[in-house]
Amino acid sequence: MTDLTKLTIAEAREGLKKKDYTSLELTDAFIGNIEAANKQLNAYVAVTADKARDMAKASDAKLAKGEGGALEGIPLGIKDLFATEGVHTQACSHILDGFKPAYESTVTSNLWADGAVMLGKLNMDEFAMGSSNETSYYGPVINPWRKKGSNQDLVPGGSSGGSAAAVAARMCMGATATDTGGSIRQPAAFTGTVGIKPTYGRCSRWGVVAFASSLDQAGPIAHTVRDSAILLKSMASVDAKDTTSVDVEVPDYEAAIGKSVKGLKIGIPAEYRMDGMPGDINNLWQKGIDWLKDAGAEIVDISMPHTKYALPAYYIVAPAEASSNLARYDGVRYGLRVPGKDIAEMYENTRAEGFGEEVKRRILIGTYVLSAGYYDAYYLKAQKVRTLIKRDFDLAWQNGVDAILTPATPSAAFGVADQDLHSDPVKMYLNDIFTVTVNMAGLPGISVPAGLSEDGLPLGLQLIGKPFEESTLFQVGHVIEDAAGSFEAEKWWG
Amino acid sequence: MSVDTNTVKRVAKLARIRVSDDDATRMTGELNAILGFVEQLDEVNIEGVEPLTSVVEQTMKKRADGITDGSKASDIIRNAPASEDNFFMVPKVVE
Repeated sequence: MTDLTKLTIAEAREGLKKKDYTSLELTDAFIGNIEAANKQLNAYVAVTADKARDMAKASDAKLAKGEGGALEGIPLGIKDLFATEGVHTQACSHILDGFKPAYESTVTSNLWADGAVMLGKLNMDEFAMGSSNETSYYGPVINPWRKKGSNQDLVPGGSSGGSAAAVAARMCMGATATDTGGSIRQPAAFTGTVGIKPTYGRCSRWGVVAFASSLDQAGPIAHTVRDSAILLKSMASVDAKDTTSVDVEVPDYEAAIGKSVKGLKIGIPAEYRMDGMPGDINNLWQKGIDWLKDAGAEIVDISMPHTKYALPAYYIVAPAEASSNLARYDGVRYGLRVPGKDIAEMYENTRAEGFGEEVKRRILIGTYVLSAGYYDAYYLKAQKVRTLIKRDFDLAWQNGVDAILTPATPSAAFGVADQDLHSDPVKMYLNDIFTVTVNMAGLPGISVPAGLSEDGLPLGLQLIGKPFEESTLFQVGHVIEDAAGSFEAEKWWG
Repeated sequence: MSVDTNTVKRVAKLARIRVSDDDATRMTGELNAILGFVEQLDEVNIEGVEPLTSVVEQTMKKRADGITDGSKASDIIRNAPASEDNFFMVPKVVE
Protein backbone atom coordinates (compact mmCIF):
# COMPACT_ATOMS: atom_id res chain seq x y z
CA MET A 1 0.00 0.00 0.00
CA THR A 2 1.22 3.51 -0.80
CA ASP A 3 2.31 5.77 2.06
CA LEU A 4 -0.85 7.82 2.61
CA THR A 5 1.09 10.58 4.33
CA LYS A 6 2.90 11.35 1.06
CA LEU A 7 -0.35 12.42 -0.64
CA THR A 8 -1.30 16.01 -1.31
CA ILE A 9 -4.69 17.26 -0.11
CA ALA A 10 -5.89 17.38 -3.72
CA GLU A 11 -4.89 13.73 -4.23
CA ALA A 12 -6.41 12.56 -0.93
CA ARG A 13 -9.64 14.37 -1.75
CA GLU A 14 -9.96 12.24 -4.89
CA GLY A 15 -8.83 9.02 -3.19
CA LEU A 16 -11.37 9.45 -0.39
CA LYS A 17 -14.17 10.09 -2.89
CA LYS A 18 -13.21 6.99 -4.86
CA LYS A 19 -12.97 5.03 -1.58
CA ASP A 20 -9.39 3.93 -2.29
CA TYR A 21 -8.88 4.41 1.47
CA THR A 22 -10.87 5.84 4.35
CA SER A 23 -10.33 8.99 6.34
CA LEU A 24 -9.71 6.80 9.37
CA GLU A 25 -6.83 5.05 7.54
CA LEU A 26 -5.47 8.40 6.43
CA THR A 27 -5.81 9.86 9.93
CA ASP A 28 -4.19 6.81 11.55
CA ALA A 29 -1.24 7.08 9.16
CA PHE A 30 -0.64 10.67 10.30
CA ILE A 31 -1.09 9.80 13.98
CA GLY A 32 1.54 7.10 13.42
CA ASN A 33 3.94 9.65 11.95
CA ILE A 34 3.29 12.07 14.80
CA GLU A 35 3.94 9.41 17.42
CA ALA A 36 7.16 8.41 15.69
CA ALA A 37 8.52 11.89 15.05
CA ASN A 38 7.25 14.27 17.69
CA LYS A 39 9.85 13.47 20.36
CA GLN A 40 12.57 14.58 17.98
CA LEU A 41 10.84 17.41 16.11
CA ASN A 42 8.56 18.78 18.88
CA ALA A 43 6.06 20.10 16.31
CA TYR A 44 2.92 19.26 18.31
CA VAL A 45 2.21 20.48 21.84
CA ALA A 46 -1.03 18.50 22.07
CA VAL A 47 -2.12 15.50 20.00
CA THR A 48 -5.88 14.87 19.86
CA ALA A 49 -5.79 11.32 18.50
CA ASP A 50 -9.18 10.22 19.87
CA LYS A 51 -10.93 13.33 18.61
CA ALA A 52 -9.20 12.91 15.24
CA ARG A 53 -10.41 9.33 14.90
CA ASP A 54 -13.97 10.34 15.85
CA MET A 55 -13.94 13.14 13.29
CA ALA A 56 -12.49 10.78 10.67
CA LYS A 57 -15.22 8.19 11.31
CA ALA A 58 -17.90 10.88 10.97
CA SER A 59 -16.28 11.92 7.67
CA ASP A 60 -16.20 8.33 6.46
CA ALA A 61 -19.93 8.01 7.16
CA LYS A 62 -20.57 11.09 5.03
CA LEU A 63 -18.20 9.99 2.27
CA ALA A 64 -19.88 6.56 2.16
CA LYS A 65 -23.15 8.31 1.31
CA GLY A 66 -21.41 10.39 -1.36
CA GLU A 67 -21.71 13.50 0.82
CA GLY A 68 -19.17 15.73 2.53
CA GLY A 69 -17.52 19.15 2.36
CA ALA A 70 -14.52 20.47 0.48
CA LEU A 71 -12.10 19.06 3.09
CA GLU A 72 -14.05 15.99 4.10
CA GLY A 73 -11.76 13.60 5.97
CA ILE A 74 -8.54 15.62 5.50
CA PRO A 75 -6.33 15.58 8.65
CA LEU A 76 -4.89 18.97 9.60
CA GLY A 77 -2.72 20.44 12.35
CA ILE A 78 -3.83 23.64 14.12
CA LYS A 79 -1.46 26.31 15.41
CA ASP A 80 -1.81 26.71 19.18
CA LEU A 81 -2.90 30.34 18.60
CA PHE A 82 -6.38 29.24 17.42
CA ALA A 83 -9.04 28.66 20.06
CA THR A 84 -10.29 25.08 19.83
CA GLU A 85 -13.17 24.16 22.10
CA GLY A 86 -12.13 22.05 25.06
CA VAL A 87 -8.62 21.57 23.63
CA HIS A 88 -5.19 22.98 24.64
CA THR A 89 -5.04 26.66 23.50
CA GLN A 90 -2.12 28.51 25.05
CA ALA A 91 -0.33 30.43 22.30
CA CYS A 92 2.55 28.29 23.63
CA SER A 93 2.80 30.52 26.70
CA HIS A 94 3.16 29.55 30.35
CA ILE A 95 0.71 32.32 31.28
CA LEU A 96 -2.18 30.46 29.62
CA ASP A 97 -1.47 27.25 31.56
CA GLY A 98 -4.36 24.84 31.34
CA PHE A 99 -6.53 27.12 29.20
CA LYS A 100 -9.20 25.22 27.29
CA PRO A 101 -11.64 27.61 25.66
CA ALA A 102 -15.40 27.13 25.69
CA TYR A 103 -15.56 28.35 22.10
CA GLU A 104 -14.07 27.68 18.68
CA SER A 105 -12.26 30.19 16.44
CA THR A 106 -14.09 31.13 13.24
CA VAL A 107 -11.25 29.84 11.03
CA THR A 108 -11.22 26.38 12.64
CA SER A 109 -15.06 26.32 12.71
CA ASN A 110 -14.96 26.88 8.94
CA LEU A 111 -12.50 24.01 8.51
CA TRP A 112 -14.57 21.57 10.59
CA ALA A 113 -17.75 22.65 8.77
CA ASP A 114 -16.01 21.63 5.54
CA GLY A 115 -15.18 18.22 7.01
CA ALA A 116 -11.52 18.57 8.06
CA VAL A 117 -10.10 16.39 10.86
CA MET A 118 -8.06 17.87 13.74
CA LEU A 119 -4.85 16.01 14.64
CA GLY A 120 -3.75 18.36 17.40
CA LYS A 121 -2.23 21.72 18.32
CA LEU A 122 1.05 22.90 16.87
CA ASN A 123 4.05 24.48 18.55
CA MET A 124 4.84 28.15 17.87
CA ASP A 125 6.79 31.08 19.25
CA GLU A 126 5.13 32.36 22.44
CA PHE A 127 2.23 34.64 21.42
CA ALA A 128 3.60 34.41 17.83
CA MET A 129 6.58 36.58 18.80
CA GLY A 130 9.69 35.16 17.19
CA SER A 131 11.32 34.03 13.96
CA SER A 132 12.80 30.71 15.10
CA ASN A 133 10.18 28.97 17.26
CA GLU A 134 12.66 29.19 20.14
CA THR A 135 10.51 31.45 22.33
CA SER A 136 7.88 28.72 22.87
CA TYR A 137 7.28 27.66 26.47
CA TYR A 138 7.30 24.11 25.09
CA GLY A 139 10.80 24.34 23.66
CA PRO A 140 12.03 24.78 20.10
CA VAL A 141 10.71 22.91 17.08
CA ILE A 142 13.41 21.15 15.09
CA ASN A 143 13.46 21.64 11.32
CA PRO A 144 13.18 18.33 9.42
CA TRP A 145 15.81 19.78 7.07
CA ARG A 146 19.53 19.53 7.78
CA LYS A 147 22.52 20.84 5.90
CA LYS A 148 24.17 18.34 3.56
CA GLY A 149 26.43 16.06 5.60
CA SER A 150 25.54 17.74 8.92
CA ASN A 151 23.50 16.60 11.89
CA GLN A 152 23.19 20.06 13.47
CA ASP A 153 19.63 20.92 14.58
CA LEU A 154 18.18 23.82 12.61
CA VAL A 155 15.18 26.03 13.42
CA PRO A 156 12.06 25.77 11.24
CA GLY A 157 11.54 29.55 11.42
CA GLY A 158 8.73 31.20 13.29
CA SER A 159 6.38 31.95 14.61
CA SER A 160 4.45 29.18 12.79
CA GLY A 161 7.42 26.81 13.14
CA GLY A 162 5.34 23.86 14.34
CA SER A 163 2.94 24.29 11.41
CA ALA A 164 5.75 24.37 8.83
CA ALA A 165 7.75 21.51 10.37
CA ALA A 166 4.66 19.31 10.76
CA VAL A 167 3.76 19.76 7.09
CA ALA A 168 7.35 19.22 5.93
CA ALA A 169 7.76 16.07 8.08
CA ARG A 170 4.39 14.62 6.95
CA MET A 171 2.82 14.94 10.40
CA CYS A 172 -0.31 16.54 8.86
CA MET A 173 -1.60 17.22 5.32
CA GLY A 174 -1.76 20.95 5.92
CA ALA A 175 -1.80 23.35 8.85
CA THR A 176 -3.28 26.60 9.98
CA ALA A 177 -0.80 29.37 10.72
CA THR A 178 -0.79 33.12 11.35
CA ASP A 179 1.39 35.93 10.08
CA THR A 180 1.98 39.29 11.77
CA GLY A 181 5.36 40.15 10.22
CA GLY A 182 6.30 37.02 8.27
CA SER A 183 5.25 34.17 10.58
CA ILE A 184 3.69 32.09 7.77
CA ARG A 185 6.05 32.90 4.90
CA GLN A 186 9.42 32.69 6.69
CA PRO A 187 8.85 29.20 8.20
CA ALA A 188 7.38 28.01 4.88
CA ALA A 189 10.58 29.18 3.16
CA PHE A 190 12.76 27.46 5.80
CA THR A 191 11.00 24.09 5.38
CA GLY A 192 10.31 23.83 1.64
CA THR A 193 6.56 24.32 2.06
CA VAL A 194 4.04 26.79 0.64
CA GLY A 195 2.58 29.46 2.94
CA ILE A 196 0.19 32.28 2.14
CA LYS A 197 -0.72 35.29 4.25
CA PRO A 198 -3.95 36.57 2.74
CA THR A 199 -5.13 40.18 2.60
CA TYR A 200 -5.85 41.69 6.02
CA GLY A 201 -9.55 41.03 6.64
CA ARG A 202 -9.74 37.93 4.42
CA CYS A 203 -9.86 35.52 7.39
CA SER A 204 -11.68 36.29 10.60
CA ARG A 205 -9.43 36.96 13.60
CA TRP A 206 -12.16 35.88 16.02
CA GLY A 207 -10.85 33.23 18.37
CA VAL A 208 -7.23 33.78 17.31
CA VAL A 209 -5.16 34.88 20.31
CA ALA A 210 -4.33 38.52 19.52
CA PHE A 211 -0.74 39.75 19.08
CA ALA A 212 -0.89 42.93 16.95
CA SER A 213 -4.48 43.39 15.82
CA SER A 214 -3.83 45.65 12.82
CA LEU A 215 -1.29 43.17 11.39
CA ASP A 216 -2.40 39.66 12.43
CA GLN A 217 -3.85 37.47 9.71
CA ALA A 218 -4.45 33.71 9.47
CA GLY A 219 -3.47 31.56 6.51
CA PRO A 220 -2.47 28.01 5.60
CA ILE A 221 0.84 26.16 5.20
CA ALA A 222 0.75 23.16 2.84
CA HIS A 223 2.86 21.10 0.43
CA THR A 224 1.69 22.63 -2.80
CA VAL A 225 0.24 25.84 -4.16
CA ARG A 226 -2.97 23.97 -4.98
CA ASP A 227 -3.29 22.61 -1.44
CA SER A 228 -2.82 26.07 0.03
CA ALA A 229 -5.54 27.37 -2.34
CA ILE A 230 -7.89 24.60 -1.19
CA LEU A 231 -7.25 25.41 2.49
CA LEU A 232 -7.56 29.18 2.14
CA LYS A 233 -10.90 28.79 0.38
CA SER A 234 -12.25 27.05 3.47
CA MET A 235 -10.55 29.29 6.06
CA ALA A 236 -11.63 32.64 4.60
CA SER A 237 -14.97 34.22 5.43
CA VAL A 238 -16.64 37.43 6.47
CA ASP A 239 -17.60 37.22 10.14
CA ALA A 240 -19.95 39.34 12.23
CA LYS A 241 -17.65 38.64 15.20
CA ASP A 242 -14.68 40.42 13.56
CA THR A 243 -15.55 43.89 12.28
CA THR A 244 -12.26 44.01 10.33
CA SER A 245 -13.18 40.91 8.30
CA VAL A 246 -14.21 42.00 4.85
CA ASP A 247 -17.37 41.19 2.95
CA VAL A 248 -15.80 40.25 -0.37
CA GLU A 249 -16.81 36.96 -1.98
CA VAL A 250 -14.23 34.17 -1.49
CA PRO A 251 -13.36 33.08 -5.04
CA ASP A 252 -12.56 29.55 -6.18
CA TYR A 253 -8.80 29.94 -5.74
CA GLU A 254 -8.09 26.58 -7.35
CA ALA A 255 -9.49 27.89 -10.64
CA ALA A 256 -6.43 30.18 -10.88
CA ILE A 257 -4.00 27.26 -10.89
CA GLY A 258 -2.71 26.34 -14.33
CA LYS A 259 -3.83 29.65 -15.87
CA SER A 260 -1.17 31.23 -18.08
CA VAL A 261 0.75 34.21 -16.76
CA LYS A 262 1.29 35.51 -20.30
CA GLY A 263 1.07 39.29 -20.28
CA LEU A 264 1.05 39.65 -16.48
CA LYS A 265 3.32 42.41 -15.25
CA ILE A 266 5.69 41.29 -12.46
CA GLY A 267 7.49 44.02 -10.52
CA ILE A 268 11.04 43.56 -9.23
CA PRO A 269 11.72 46.08 -6.46
CA ALA A 270 15.31 47.39 -6.44
CA GLU A 271 15.20 48.07 -2.69
CA TYR A 272 14.91 44.36 -1.85
CA ARG A 273 18.44 43.84 -3.15
CA MET A 274 20.21 44.20 0.19
CA ASP A 275 23.91 44.71 0.77
CA GLY A 276 25.62 41.53 1.86
CA MET A 277 22.75 39.31 0.71
CA PRO A 278 24.02 35.73 0.19
CA GLY A 279 24.72 34.78 -3.44
CA ASP A 280 22.26 31.89 -3.08
CA ILE A 281 19.39 34.30 -2.51
CA ASN A 282 20.34 36.55 -5.42
CA ASN A 283 20.64 33.58 -7.76
CA LEU A 284 17.29 32.21 -6.65
CA TRP A 285 15.64 35.57 -7.28
CA GLN A 286 17.15 35.70 -10.78
CA LYS A 287 15.95 32.16 -11.48
CA GLY A 288 12.43 33.21 -10.47
CA ILE A 289 12.60 36.18 -12.82
CA ASP A 290 13.75 33.92 -15.68
CA TRP A 291 11.02 31.34 -15.04
CA LEU A 292 8.28 33.96 -15.13
CA LYS A 293 9.80 35.60 -18.22
CA ASP A 294 9.91 32.21 -19.95
CA ALA A 295 6.25 31.71 -19.05
CA GLY A 296 5.38 34.92 -20.86
CA ALA A 297 5.17 37.42 -17.98
CA GLU A 298 6.51 40.91 -18.44
CA ILE A 299 9.24 41.77 -15.92
CA VAL A 300 9.46 45.41 -14.85
CA ASP A 301 11.86 47.12 -12.47
CA ILE A 302 10.10 49.08 -9.78
CA SER A 303 11.17 51.23 -6.85
CA MET A 304 9.76 51.08 -3.33
CA PRO A 305 11.79 53.72 -1.51
CA HIS A 306 10.28 53.18 1.95
CA THR A 307 11.05 49.46 2.14
CA LYS A 308 13.88 49.83 4.67
CA TYR A 309 11.62 51.67 7.10
CA ALA A 310 9.03 48.90 7.31
CA LEU A 311 10.90 46.84 9.91
CA PRO A 312 11.68 49.72 12.30
CA ALA A 313 8.08 50.98 12.01
CA TYR A 314 6.88 47.42 12.67
CA TYR A 315 8.93 47.31 15.90
CA ILE A 316 6.90 50.23 17.16
CA VAL A 317 3.43 49.27 15.91
CA ALA A 318 3.55 45.56 16.78
CA PRO A 319 4.89 45.89 20.36
CA ALA A 320 2.51 48.82 21.04
CA GLU A 321 -0.51 46.76 20.02
CA ALA A 322 0.88 43.69 21.81
CA SER A 323 1.37 45.54 25.09
CA SER A 324 -2.28 46.51 24.95
CA ASN A 325 -3.58 43.08 23.87
CA LEU A 326 -1.52 41.22 26.46
CA ALA A 327 -2.74 43.40 29.33
CA ARG A 328 -5.57 40.86 29.75
CA TYR A 329 -3.22 38.19 31.17
CA ASP A 330 -3.35 39.10 34.82
CA GLY A 331 -3.98 35.86 36.67
CA VAL A 332 -7.66 36.60 37.21
CA ARG A 333 -9.73 35.13 34.39
CA TYR A 334 -7.64 32.30 32.98
CA GLY A 335 -4.28 30.61 33.07
CA LEU A 336 -1.50 31.02 35.56
CA ARG A 337 -1.81 32.86 38.88
CA VAL A 338 1.23 33.53 41.07
CA PRO A 339 0.16 34.88 44.48
CA GLY A 340 1.39 38.17 45.96
CA LYS A 341 0.77 40.18 49.09
CA ASP A 342 -1.93 42.24 47.34
CA ILE A 343 -3.63 42.28 43.95
CA ALA A 344 -0.99 44.50 42.29
CA GLU A 345 1.79 42.17 43.39
CA MET A 346 -0.25 39.19 42.21
CA TYR A 347 -0.45 40.79 38.74
CA GLU A 348 3.27 41.55 38.71
CA ASN A 349 4.33 38.10 39.90
CA THR A 350 1.98 36.34 37.49
CA ARG A 351 3.19 38.31 34.49
CA ALA A 352 6.86 38.01 35.50
CA GLU A 353 6.63 34.23 35.72
CA GLY A 354 4.08 33.67 32.96
CA PHE A 355 5.67 35.59 30.09
CA GLY A 356 8.94 34.60 28.44
CA GLU A 357 11.83 36.99 27.78
CA GLU A 358 10.91 37.98 24.20
CA VAL A 359 7.29 38.67 25.16
CA LYS A 360 8.37 40.81 28.12
CA ARG A 361 10.78 42.73 25.91
CA ARG A 362 8.00 43.57 23.46
CA ILE A 363 5.52 44.48 26.18
CA LEU A 364 8.07 46.87 27.67
CA ILE A 365 8.88 48.45 24.30
CA GLY A 366 5.17 48.79 23.59
CA THR A 367 4.43 50.26 27.00
CA TYR A 368 7.30 52.71 26.61
CA VAL A 369 6.33 53.95 23.13
CA LEU A 370 2.71 54.43 24.23
CA SER A 371 3.58 56.08 27.55
CA ALA A 372 2.74 59.71 28.22
CA GLY A 373 4.67 62.11 25.99
CA TYR A 374 6.01 59.51 23.55
CA TYR A 375 2.92 58.63 21.53
CA ASP A 376 3.55 61.21 18.77
CA ALA A 377 7.29 60.52 18.55
CA TYR A 378 6.84 56.78 18.14
CA TYR A 379 3.43 55.28 17.42
CA LEU A 380 1.97 58.17 15.43
CA LYS A 381 5.16 58.53 13.41
CA ALA A 382 5.27 54.80 12.70
CA GLN A 383 1.66 54.87 11.49
CA LYS A 384 2.56 57.74 9.15
CA VAL A 385 5.52 55.78 7.80
CA ARG A 386 3.09 52.93 7.27
CA THR A 387 1.02 55.16 4.99
CA LEU A 388 4.18 55.81 2.92
CA ILE A 389 4.95 52.09 2.69
CA LYS A 390 1.42 51.40 1.48
CA ARG A 391 1.77 54.28 -1.02
CA ASP A 392 4.87 52.61 -2.54
CA PHE A 393 2.72 49.56 -3.28
CA ASP A 394 -0.26 51.59 -4.50
CA LEU A 395 2.01 53.31 -7.00
CA ALA A 396 3.19 49.95 -8.36
CA TRP A 397 -0.41 48.78 -8.82
CA GLN A 398 -1.31 52.07 -10.52
CA ASN A 399 1.54 51.47 -12.96
CA GLY A 400 -0.06 48.21 -13.99
CA VAL A 401 2.00 45.79 -11.90
CA ASP A 402 0.01 42.61 -11.17
CA ALA A 403 2.34 41.04 -8.61
CA ILE A 404 5.77 41.69 -7.06
CA LEU A 405 8.50 39.05 -6.86
CA THR A 406 11.08 39.09 -4.04
CA PRO A 407 13.07 36.59 -1.99
CA ALA A 408 11.08 35.33 1.02
CA THR A 409 13.96 35.46 3.52
CA PRO A 410 17.49 36.89 3.60
CA SER A 411 18.98 33.44 4.39
CA ALA A 412 18.20 29.75 4.73
CA ALA A 413 17.35 28.15 8.09
CA PHE A 414 19.90 28.72 10.86
CA GLY A 415 21.00 26.67 13.85
CA VAL A 416 19.07 26.21 17.09
CA ALA A 417 20.52 28.48 19.84
CA ASP A 418 22.60 30.45 17.32
CA GLN A 419 24.92 32.61 19.43
CA ASP A 420 25.18 35.47 16.98
CA LEU A 421 21.42 35.80 16.51
CA HIS A 422 20.76 35.70 20.23
CA SER A 423 23.40 38.31 21.04
CA ASP A 424 21.18 41.16 19.81
CA PRO A 425 17.36 41.06 19.46
CA VAL A 426 17.51 43.21 16.31
CA LYS A 427 19.54 40.56 14.44
CA MET A 428 16.72 38.05 14.85
CA TYR A 429 14.19 40.67 13.75
CA LEU A 430 16.02 41.11 10.41
CA ASN A 431 14.66 37.71 9.33
CA ASP A 432 11.41 39.48 8.48
CA ILE A 433 12.99 42.18 6.33
CA PHE A 434 11.29 41.01 3.09
CA THR A 435 7.98 39.89 4.57
CA VAL A 436 7.07 42.66 7.02
CA THR A 437 6.27 45.29 4.35
CA VAL A 438 3.32 43.14 3.29
CA ASN A 439 1.77 43.17 6.77
CA MET A 440 2.33 46.90 7.14
CA ALA A 441 0.36 47.46 3.91
CA GLY A 442 -2.23 44.72 4.61
CA LEU A 443 -1.50 42.93 1.33
CA PRO A 444 -1.48 39.22 0.45
CA GLY A 445 1.88 37.45 0.15
CA ILE A 446 2.81 33.87 -0.66
CA SER A 447 6.09 32.00 -0.17
CA VAL A 448 6.78 29.23 -2.66
CA PRO A 449 9.76 26.84 -2.40
CA ALA A 450 12.04 27.64 -5.33
CA GLY A 451 15.36 25.91 -4.77
CA LEU A 452 18.07 24.77 -2.39
CA SER A 453 20.99 26.68 -0.92
CA GLU A 454 24.58 25.53 -1.48
CA ASP A 455 24.23 23.66 1.82
CA GLY A 456 21.14 21.86 0.56
CA LEU A 457 18.55 23.82 2.54
CA PRO A 458 15.25 25.01 1.03
CA LEU A 459 14.78 28.63 -0.05
CA GLY A 460 11.57 30.42 -0.96
CA LEU A 461 10.45 33.17 -3.28
CA GLN A 462 7.75 35.59 -2.22
CA LEU A 463 4.99 36.99 -4.41
CA ILE A 464 3.08 40.04 -3.22
CA GLY A 465 -0.35 40.87 -4.64
CA LYS A 466 -3.02 43.55 -4.71
CA PRO A 467 -5.65 43.49 -1.96
CA PHE A 468 -7.93 40.44 -2.36
CA GLU A 469 -6.00 39.24 -5.42
CA GLU A 470 -4.85 36.00 -3.79
CA SER A 471 -5.87 34.22 -7.01
CA THR A 472 -3.08 36.00 -8.88
CA LEU A 473 -0.59 34.74 -6.27
CA PHE A 474 -1.77 31.15 -6.71
CA GLN A 475 -1.61 31.56 -10.50
CA VAL A 476 1.94 32.95 -10.55
CA GLY A 477 3.07 30.82 -7.58
CA HIS A 478 2.10 27.69 -9.46
CA VAL A 479 4.33 28.68 -12.40
CA ILE A 480 7.28 28.96 -10.00
CA GLU A 481 6.36 25.66 -8.36
CA ASP A 482 6.15 23.97 -11.76
CA ALA A 483 9.57 25.26 -12.78
CA ALA A 484 11.29 24.64 -9.42
CA GLY A 485 9.83 21.24 -8.60
CA SER A 486 9.11 20.06 -5.06
CA PHE A 487 11.47 19.58 -2.15
CA GLU A 488 11.38 16.87 0.49
CA ALA A 489 13.65 16.65 3.52
CA GLU A 490 15.70 13.49 3.71
CA LYS A 491 14.25 11.50 6.59
CA TRP A 492 16.51 11.17 9.66
CA TRP A 493 13.81 11.27 12.34
CA GLY A 494 11.13 8.85 13.60
CA MET B 1 16.27 58.29 22.40
CA SER B 2 17.51 55.80 24.94
CA VAL B 3 16.33 54.56 28.32
CA ASP B 4 18.16 54.12 31.62
CA THR B 5 17.60 51.38 34.16
CA ASN B 6 15.25 53.50 36.24
CA THR B 7 13.06 54.16 33.22
CA VAL B 8 12.96 50.43 32.50
CA LYS B 9 11.83 49.80 36.07
CA ARG B 10 9.15 52.48 35.78
CA VAL B 11 7.88 51.05 32.47
CA ALA B 12 7.88 47.53 33.95
CA LYS B 13 5.77 48.87 36.80
CA LEU B 14 3.32 50.38 34.27
CA ALA B 15 3.21 47.03 32.47
CA ARG B 16 2.73 45.19 35.77
CA ILE B 17 5.73 42.93 35.30
CA ARG B 18 8.02 42.39 38.27
CA VAL B 19 11.68 42.83 37.32
CA SER B 20 14.73 42.32 39.50
CA ASP B 21 17.64 44.78 39.40
CA ASP B 22 19.59 42.32 37.26
CA ASP B 23 16.65 41.91 34.85
CA ALA B 24 16.32 45.69 34.56
CA THR B 25 20.02 46.13 33.78
CA ARG B 26 19.98 43.45 31.10
CA MET B 27 16.72 44.71 29.61
CA THR B 28 18.04 48.27 29.43
CA GLY B 29 20.67 47.17 26.93
CA GLU B 30 18.17 45.16 24.89
CA LEU B 31 15.57 47.91 24.80
CA ASN B 32 18.17 50.45 23.76
CA ALA B 33 19.24 48.20 20.88
CA ILE B 34 15.63 48.17 19.66
CA LEU B 35 15.09 51.90 20.24
CA GLY B 36 18.35 52.59 18.40
CA PHE B 37 17.09 50.51 15.48
CA VAL B 38 13.76 52.34 15.22
CA GLU B 39 15.56 55.70 15.28
CA GLN B 40 16.05 55.26 11.50
CA LEU B 41 12.51 56.57 11.14
CA ASP B 42 13.82 60.06 11.90
CA GLU B 43 15.20 60.11 8.33
CA VAL B 44 11.70 59.89 6.85
CA ASN B 45 9.86 63.05 5.88
CA ILE B 46 6.38 62.60 7.31
CA GLU B 47 5.33 66.22 6.76
CA GLY B 48 1.64 66.26 5.82
CA VAL B 49 1.30 62.47 5.82
CA GLU B 50 -1.83 61.05 7.43
CA PRO B 51 -1.34 58.11 9.80
CA LEU B 52 -2.61 54.80 8.49
CA THR B 53 -5.66 53.80 10.48
CA SER B 54 -7.01 50.97 8.33
CA VAL B 55 -5.23 48.85 5.73
CA VAL B 56 -8.46 47.98 3.94
CA GLU B 57 -10.78 50.85 3.15
CA GLN B 58 -14.18 50.15 4.52
CA THR B 59 -16.73 51.79 6.72
CA MET B 60 -16.94 50.39 10.20
CA LYS B 61 -19.70 47.83 10.37
CA LYS B 62 -22.43 48.55 12.87
CA ARG B 63 -25.19 46.47 14.32
CA ALA B 64 -28.24 47.25 16.40
CA ASP B 65 -27.41 47.80 20.06
CA GLY B 66 -29.10 44.70 21.37
CA ILE B 67 -28.28 41.68 23.50
CA THR B 68 -27.05 38.89 21.22
CA ASP B 69 -25.25 36.63 23.64
CA GLY B 70 -25.14 35.77 27.31
CA SER B 71 -26.30 33.44 30.07
CA LYS B 72 -23.03 31.57 30.08
CA ALA B 73 -21.42 32.65 33.32
CA SER B 74 -20.15 29.16 34.05
CA ASP B 75 -18.41 29.06 30.63
CA ILE B 76 -16.79 32.39 31.35
CA ILE B 77 -15.37 31.46 34.75
CA ARG B 78 -14.50 27.92 33.64
CA ASN B 79 -10.80 28.71 33.18
CA ALA B 80 -10.38 31.02 36.17
CA PRO B 81 -7.60 30.15 38.64
CA ALA B 82 -10.06 30.92 41.47
CA SER B 83 -13.84 31.39 41.33
CA GLU B 84 -16.89 31.07 43.54
CA ASP B 85 -20.59 31.24 42.64
CA ASN B 86 -19.74 32.38 39.10
CA PHE B 87 -17.53 35.23 40.37
CA PHE B 88 -13.80 35.61 39.76
CA MET B 89 -11.94 35.53 43.06
CA VAL B 90 -9.06 37.98 43.63
CA PRO B 91 -7.06 39.06 46.70
CA LYS B 92 -8.86 41.65 48.81
CA VAL B 93 -8.69 45.10 47.14
CA VAL B 94 -10.75 47.20 49.60
CA GLU B 95 -9.96 47.33 53.31
